Amino acid sequence: MTGRTEGSENTQADAHTTANAGAEPTAKQGAKSSAKSTVTQPQLGFFGMCRWAWTQLTTMRVALILLLVLALAAIPGSLLPQRIQDPGRVNTFLEANGAWGRFLDTIQMFDVYSSVWFSAIYLLLMISLVGCVVPRTKQHWKAMRSAPPKAPKRLTRMPGYASFTSAQADADSREDADETFLDAAEARLKKSGYRINRQADHVAAERGYLRETGNLVFHIALLMATLTMAIGSLFGYEGQRILVEGETFTNSLVSYDSFEPGSYYDADNLPDFRLRLDTFTSTFDDRAAGNQFGQPRSFDAKVTTTVDGQQDSHVLKVNEPVRVNGVGVYLTGNGYAPEVTVRDAQGKVVHSGPQVFIPDGGDPGYSSEGVIKVPDAAGSQMGFVGVFLPTAAQNEDGELVSSFAELRNPYLVMSGYTGDLGLDSGAPQSVYSLDADNMTEMTDESGNPLVIQLAEGETQQLPNGGSVTFDGVKKYIAVDISQDPTQALMLISAILILLGLGLSLFIPRRRVWVRIKDGNAEVAALARGEDPMVGRAVEDLVKDLRDRPNEDGSR
Amino acid sequence: MDVNTDLAMWSNQLIISAMIVYAFAMIFYAFDLFGARELKTAETSVESTAKASTVRRTNRKTASTAVLDRPNDDDASVPSEKSRTKRHRGARIGTSLLVLAGLLHVAAVLTRALSVSRVPWGNMMEYVLTATAITLIVYLVVLTKKDVRYLGTFVSGGVLLCLGLAITVFYTPAAKLIPALDSYWIAIHVPIAILSTSLLYISAILAVFQILKSVHETKDPKWLRFLHRLPSSTDLERLSYTIAAVGFITWTFTLIAGAIWAEVAWSRYWGWDSKEIWTFVVWVIYAAYLHARATRGWGPTKVAVLNLIGIASVIFNFTVVNMYFNGLHSYSGLD
Ligand code: HEM
Repeated sequence: MTGRTEGSENTQADAHTTANAGAEPTAKQGAKSSAKSTVTQPQLGFFGMCRWAWTQLTTMRVALILLLVLALAAIPGSLLPQRIQDPGRVNTFLEANGAWGRFLDTIQMFDVYSSVWFSAIYLLLMISLVGCVVPRTKQHWKAMRSAPPKAPKRLTRMPGYASFTSAQADADSREDADETFLDAAEARLKKSGYRINRQADHVAAERGYLRETGNLVFHIALLMATLTMAIGSLFGYEGQRILVEGETFTNSLVSYDSFEPGSYYDADNLPDFRLRLDTFTSTFDDRAAGNQFGQPRSFDAKVTTTVDGQQDSHVLKVNEPVRVNGVGVYLTGNGYAPEVTVRDAQGKVVHSGPQVFIPDGGDPGYSSEGVIKVPDAAGSQMGFVGVFLPTAAQNEDGELVSSFAELRNPYLVMSGYTGDLGLDSGAPQSVYSLDADNMTEMTDESGNPLVIQLAEGETQQLPNGGSVTFDGVKKYIAVDISQDPTQALMLISAILILLGLGLSLFIPRRRVWVRIKDGNAEVAALARGEDPMVGRAVEDLVKDLRDRPNEDGSR
Repeated sequence: MDVNTDLAMWSNQLIISAMIVYAFAMIFYAFDLFGARELKTAETSVESTAKASTVRRTNRKTASTAVLDRPNDDDASVPSEKSRTKRHRGARIGTSLLVLAGLLHVAAVLTRALSVSRVPWGNMMEYVLTATAITLIVYLVVLTKKDVRYLGTFVSGGVLLCLGLAITVFYTPAAKLIPALDSYWIAIHVPIAILSTSLLYISAILAVFQILKSVHETKDPKWLRFLHRLPSSTDLERLSYTIAAVGFITWTFTLIAGAIWAEVAWSRYWGWDSKEIWTFVVWVIYAAYLHARATRGWGPTKVAVLNLIGIASVIFNFTVVNMYFNGLHSYSGLD
């Protein structure tokens, strides 16, 4: 048991010490005096040794600590709202939390992943990684081109060991027999993919260089992925747009509702294309029980793209973006846009058409809020704030709600305002909210706030002599439109990461020695890194070599 | 929408039946693991067989459970086949029950899948249902290579607990997928995530045993006597590591596949969504675990603790992040 324990301790330490050391004389020296073992390598001088020791002791340990700190540092971003996700929620949080919120903001807790401290951690890790990979690559390059190290004097303490007497009685002389035996051993090891170093009385062999290659590939690909991520955000862009059925989007800056270019993105040269939303169909589950009732089941947007005069039809779905001219168009949201006609006191149409209402995210029934602004009415400007219910119904408390997301009983409930919409003040305004500070709410005859309630096709008179008509409902989609020229590179990095990892964890790297002296054969194996099969490898080798008939060794 | 509610009901019945059998399996396994009365005889038998490796080998060839061990099996502390057979009656019954429970369990997964004509992991309940089945399968596969029946109590117990949660807290009526999940990526990303979770869970139980065993080996307190016939803490560590290493690779794959899916669904492959954050955190913790193992100054117990922190973050990622954190990755199926 003792020999085994020591062997395994060795292989663990070995994974790191020898990973760099290239060739190491014996396993015994691995754990404690790894520094000493390199003395036997003439190519590493005293300073080389110091540097190597530094890489070993300092960097590996520091890298580990950095990894743990990185894991910790990533967590706050999941606990606090982040600007990259939802700037609105960050503002709400800041308003609600006063000084505490401002303090958190100062230490970049709402921008964790671009913060100074988070960047510092992963940059340090990357530097440490470079400092680790470069010397290891050199070492590995050397190791791959040099012969497997000769057998140490004593083989008995290797993790895998067996000895036996070679049965080659009919050989002409003892030496010839030994020679033939080694020939056979060499051939056998070669066949199993070992590299061979033939010595007078033994064969030294090593296999599994791909393990270290894989490990290096993995770490380099990791660097590549991190760099790619950084570069991708510089040269790409991401924008949003809402499209009502029948509308066409033209890919130019003014067409976007929001647009965030990377630092080096040339927004004047957006790829040219147009995209029209022909129809949008959504279905919801009216059969399922419990909380599955009313859940969405399909969102299909029929779109037509135009590139260089060439028209194509596509179905844009949640998991099926449409890609045009290097740009991806992704379906990220949808809702209803009630079509409302507003007439002023003279009966003139002062507003007409679909108006986007935003669904309340938590309501499976898609009750949606929206605003209609009518700046051009005779007399004073008008504004309406309302709720749209795709399937209006009353809940147990008698409140008006939407019981289902499809258009089964569309209903519009609004309040009206007259006065100054504030559009001329110059300050930018959201089309989804109404600033009623300089407006007065419309009232009915008895002086109560006016409630406009309309089913599809209905018209309601307003106290100022005008009217509101609910003509119908169109659907709209929200799309993300983005370009990231580095995606392919990222994919390659990812594949290399996986590949390297697989090789580095599962290719067994081991050294084998076969020695013979006067017919007494010894077989020993040493695992470098985790290798549960090292004992088995010796057993198999012994079986093949033991009662081998006397032949030339080629078979 | 066409959901076969009869089949879904059958599935629920099968889950309950499987749970009953799991409960019995757990009890038998626990008796085998903690069974104090056999202590005396067992201890001597370990000693007498520990060195007799040749005896061991011949025994193994003739014994019926020979498939459980490789010829080169290196845990010398495993007692002889004869004494093992006698002492491990509880475990053998436990394993048989576990196979029975597994059949019921797999049937439950299949009927659920058929009831909705899609993959059986569209919400948290189904995820747990499938993940527990995979955990059992991983355990049985490991069992064909190594005698790890000492894990049985915690495999059946863990599966039982999770199934209990699946039909209560996580319960979700059978239904079709929401559009956000309706993609072939669900058939790539999720099963590998499930497999990772199962592997990492089993690795973690091994890590717990490894820590206890090393206490047993050094201090030998009375309450840990029941560990005497487990493999050495070094062997436990190695197995725990090997399984975690596979789990780490599958987790890496999960992360990458998730990123590709995210690009298709949300227009970017990485956006620090809360699920992405925690998947990353888990990944970094296990990367640290693998490094720690190869860093001097980190003893096996400390490394095993990292493994446990890892599994804790995996569980956190599945429960708390799914249910309480805001994010795009909301497939829980719960309100
Ligand atoms: C982003 C940071 C890093 C990650 C995520 C990472 C991840 C990994 C993974 C998954 C392995 C495979 C496990 C194994 O072979 O045992 C590994 C191995 C290794 N890494 Fe890293 N690594 C990182 C940084 C570093 C740094 C900075 C160093 C330099 C000291 C380093 C040195 C090593 C070594 C020496 C191995 C081989 C371990 C062995 O053979 O057992 N790693 N790394």
